[in-house]
Amino acid sequence: MTALPLLDVRDLTVEFTTRRGIVKAVQHVDVTVAKGETVAIVGESGSGKSVTSYAVMRILDRAGRIAEGSITFSGLDLRAADETEMRNLRGREMSMIFQNPRAALNPIRKVGRQIEDVLMQHAQAGSQDATAKAINLLEQVRIARPRERYHAYPFELSGGMCQRIVIALALACRPQLLIADEPTTGLDVTTQKTVMDLMVELTRQRGMSTILITHDLGLAATYCDRVTVMEKGHVVETATARAIFTAPEHAYTRRLMRATPRPGVSLRDLLPEDAARPTAQVLPISTDKTPLLAVEKLVKEYPRQGAAKSLKNLFRSGPSPEPETFRAVDGISFTVGRGESVGLVGESGCGKSTTSTIVMRLIDATDGLIQFDGEDIGAIPAKKFATLPIRKRIQMVFQDPTDSLNPRFTAARAIADPILRLGDVRGRDAVRTRCEELAQQVGLPVDLLDRFPHQLSGGQKARVGIARAIALRPELVILDEPTAALDVSVQAVVLNLLQELKESLGMSYLFVSHDLNVVRLLCDRVLVMRGGRIVEQGPTEKVLFAPEADYTRELLAAIPHPTFEQDKPLDHVRSA
Amino acid sequence: MLRMILKRSLIAVPSLIGVIIVTFLLTRALPGDPAAYFAGPAATKEAIEQVRVKLGLDKPLIVQFGNYVADLARGDLGTSLTTGQPVATDIRNRLPASAELTLLGLIVSMLIAVPLGILAATKPGSLADHLCRVISTAGVSLPVFFTGLILVYVFYYLLGIAPAPLGRLDTFLSAPPRITGFYLIDSAIAGNGEVFVSSLKQLVLPAMTLAIFSLAPIARMTRASMLAVLASDFVRTARASGLSPATVIVTYAFRNAMIPVVTTLGMVFSFLLGANVLVEKVFAWPGIGSYAVEALVASDFAPLQGFVLTMAVMYVLLNLLIDILYGVIDPRVRIEA
Amino acid sequence: MTEIAANTPALPSPAGGGGSGMRPASGLIALLRHTRYVLSENPVTAFAAGLFLLIVIAAAFGPFIVPYDPYASNTAMALKPPSAAHWFGTDQLGRDVFSRVIVATQLDFFIAIASVALVFLMGGLAGVAAGFYGGWTDRIVGRIADTIMAFPLFVLAMGIVAALGNTVQNIILATAIVNFPLYARIARAEANVRREAGFVMAARLSGNSDARIVLAQVLPNIMPIMVVQMSLTMGYAILNAAGLSFIGLGVRPPTAEWGIMVAEGAAFMVSGEWWIAFFPGAALMVAVFCFNLLGDGLRDIVDPQRRT
Repeated sequence: MTALPLLDVRDLTVEFTTRRGIVKAVQHVDVTVAKGETVAIVGESGSGKSVTSYAVMRILDRAGRIAEGSITFSGLDLRAADETEMRNLRGREMSMIFQNPRAALNPIRKVGRQIEDVLMQHAQAGSQDATAKAINLLEQVRIARPRERYHAYPFELSGGMCQRIVIALALACRPQLLIADEPTTGLDVTTQKTVMDLMVELTRQRGMSTILITHDLGLAATYCDRVTVMEKGHVVETATARAIFTAPEHAYTRRLMRATPRPGVSLRDLLPEDAARPTAQVLPISTDKTPLLAVEKLVKEYPRQGAAKSLKNLFRSGPSPEPETFRAVDGISFTVGRGESVGLVGESGCGKSTTSTIVMRLIDATDGLIQFDGEDIGAIPAKKFATLPIRKRIQMVFQDPTDSLNPRFTAARAIADPILRLGDVRGRDAVRTRCEELAQQVGLPVDLLDRFPHQLSGGQKARVGIARAIALRPELVILDEPTAALDVSVQAVVLNLLQELKESLGMSYLFVSHDLNVVRLLCDRVLVMRGGRIVEQGPTEKVLFAPEADYTRELLAAIPHPTFEQDKPLDHVRSA
Repeated sequence: MLRMILKRSLIAVPSLIGVIIVTFLLTRALPGDPAAYFAGPAATKEAIEQVRVKLGLDKPLIVQFGNYVADLARGDLGTSLTTGQPVATDIRNRLPASAELTLLGLIVSMLIAVPLGILAATKPGSLADHLCRVISTAGVSLPVFFTGLILVYVFYYLLGIAPAPLGRLDTFLSAPPRITGFYLIDSAIAGNGEVFVSSLKQLVLPAMTLAIFSLAPIARMTRASMLAVLASDFVRTARASGLSPATVIVTYAFRNAMIPVVTTLGMVFSFLLGANVLVEKVFAWPGIGSYAVEALVASDFAPLQGFVLTMAVMYVLLNLLIDILYGVIDPRVRIEA
Repeated sequence: MTEIAANTPALPSPAGGGGSGMRPASGLIALLRHTRYVLSENPVTAFAAGLFLLIVIAAAFGPFIVPYDPYASNTAMALKPPSAAHWFGTDQLGRDVFSRVIVATQLDFFIAIASVALVFLMGGLAGVAAGFYGGWTDRIVGRIADTIMAFPLFVLAMGIVAALGNTVQNIILATAIVNFPLYARIARAEANVRREAGFVMAARLSGNSDARIVLAQVLPNIMPIMVVQMSLTMGYAILNAAGLSFIGLGVRPPTAEWGIMVAEGAAFMVSGEWWIAFFPGAALMVAVFCFNLLGDGLRDIVDPQRRT
């Protein structure tokens, strides 16, 4: 690459002044982006990837400042530029897309007007043609009925649509560089694919350069030419996407690569090579053929918009056009065998969480049968279920490890709670011993037991949550996206832990997730849900490699995986 | 929009019903004999019995409530023993004085507090920021009657630049012909400069007192919500799009920040209407607050009851106004209605 | 900046005693240690705490330490400005203003404490029940709160005291009632958020009954916010009570109480005898200011993560 790069970041160090003194969020970072090139900056939370991009845009908050290094953007020294110069660059020459598109738009201004604001600011349109140009931009980001949507407020649009508006905003003035900070985090996979495809298409058309900031190596490798990997504020490796994927050099990149769930690897492959193999004494799976859990024709209806509805009816004559209720779960049936792991997969709003909450007996179903070990537990009201002995046979691991721990309880107290209420262990010391035993089982250092949640890391909190779930030796554990809030390397460890526990304790899992790659690793069978119904179910391998339903195919196609992946990436990983 | 206003008005109906029930209950909760209370301290036994029959206090509670509501519907709030006038008439005559004072106080305070809060939020660590902090903590600690007295001492007694704290006008002037009841407006309409200046002079100190009182909550809320909005994702997007600071602060931040401030206004009104009573007593202001205080001293219950009801109804209507304003600012409220 | 926060995920906070050997039993010691830490970090809160201590001392021992009998009139000494003998001067009956201000602390402080405790019980419990159970409980509590909120609060307090009778108990009751919506709403909102929280669901899975969840899981998490609220409304309660006695409701002369003393001195402001109203008014202001500062400080102590 002999041509001058469009963006050249050299030796960048960013400091933040905090109450605990000065923190260096980013140290000696080098990033270059050539004209027309797409570069990914990949890293886990706290790696400094976002801070780097904020520094480039010079939108660090007050506490942050660029301490060292240089940022050159098409020959211009950005560190020396004053605020007016920067303002002229932002939006016109370089623009940015953020995570959480709905929050990124002004909630009380029409989206069309927001696009106009940017156009008029950079003199790309006058008051005469601004509206026409804004509508044209909406068309370009494939918003249906753009003339109407021009007048929409962000809350009237879906997340994916909001992200397209944000893209329209960013591309309005045809900048040379687009920085996309986790643009699709929080969106469903199918939406993620359409948004990413659209973004790449539009930037290629315009010959723009792009920086994609993401935690997802798969996404980076699929859409980018080069990848920069960051860890704890440092760049550890920069290489072409292919090289990163096929022959990562740095140990951290390799670890990250390994930890990313992808087709063709087993759960064990996610862990670092030197990780200790478990001395798993696998329990013989029960030969009892009757399923542990049998759900039949489960239905859950919710009233549509409760009180607002009745008031609306006051003003409306005639029958209302919509039905009074909507079905979150629409007559689904499935079983979970003893010692079996069943995955429940679907995008947000498909009814998977409602299903798991009903099976968990935290809410009551509208209709249908739930049999657990031959007992009709669906008939017991959720209110009464909490204190029954059968409660301890079904437990749950929650999605967000932080939210699911009482901030005022120590880890030991959290784990002890089910034991004290429903367990057979009595006496202070006995309970403590049992807690320590459980902590060891889930790999939580015993000396962390007396800490409060805010003193534990995400992975440690997840372990506390798991220890609590298995404290009563349940037969069925419902895993509700147990790793969604965790970094990939932590996710790998937690998934392995779950697998080991299942084998050694002989539990059954109902694993609720949006991520087919993760489900595949842990589950024997998969159910794919959409709109409250099961569209496909079967053995994991079959559903993943020979899907029958169109929707399953669509889901699978939306998972980003780089095309050069066919040349046996794992061998390279192992040999490297 | 019309539908939203209609819907919001409907929501105010239960509040009004609640207000009427509570004011009714307050009358019946009088320890001892309500009839004796209404008849006044000097009444004879026969007079009390007369009052009892006249007010229907010998009938069952539910009938009494029906009569009470019927009286209200006719605009009958009873008769004041002290003035001998119907309470409704007294209140109608005195209400403009209170309204003029309260509104002026609120306007002055908004004009100072909102810009101060915005300045404090946009320039942390600046003089405005420190001033805003001091005002928001110290301001809420000031007893409103105390502030009033200090102002009187300093500006009337020490400096001699304010008139004596006695009413709405200099004693030698007569009130302008009543059109709105606001002396400032009426005298301006009548073209009477002398009365205008005099009434303004009389208004300055009590209005200042109320303004100082309501400054703190408004400034505090403006600063806090402006800070929150400035840290929000969409302001970051606006900045990253190179929008000018003026556009970012006015079009993007300010309007969003005003949403919680408008909500706080409800609370501020609640405090202001209460503080109004105290300020009227300090400045001998002939409004409905001092009317209530005079009635209290004379154990004259009907005016007090009328006063509580009037204040509550006004407050419900003000809240309705705030609700509608809220809908105007926030499309989410407007459209979902 | 989220990136920074994520960088330091498990820093031991002083609240937890910061370490491995910490047992729950030493929670009180840890809290005291944290309190000391916050006070040393934040001189304003330390100042407020010192002031609070002074108020408590004045309230407890006031009648025993004042130089003069607060009720003894001495017409020869009437309307004397502050001097070495009478620090705050004397009033129209020749009573020592300083002694009266100090003695009044007891009554004002008692009114504030009692009304806040009362409203904390009523509003806090009603709010938690409304937020946690929802449904009818929620509707009834909400309706009561809305009805109270439909009145300007001070005006409603006036109405209540006028109707129930002119006593200190009724002042306390009225102050508690007008604060009810505030407490109920905060408690309701906090309980409502936590009803859906993961740890409450987890507690349910662990076999906890609803009552136990409310008491052991929800309430302790709401307490910090309620305590801060109590400290902040203490100031309002004193102002409310003083305002009521200023217009002649509740406490009557010659009782020493700040509001009524300001009312008595008000007439003398225009003739220049400022000290009669000034000192009780200033005492009132200082007390309210102290409670407000303390409320802000308390927020830091009970919730280190929410520092402003």
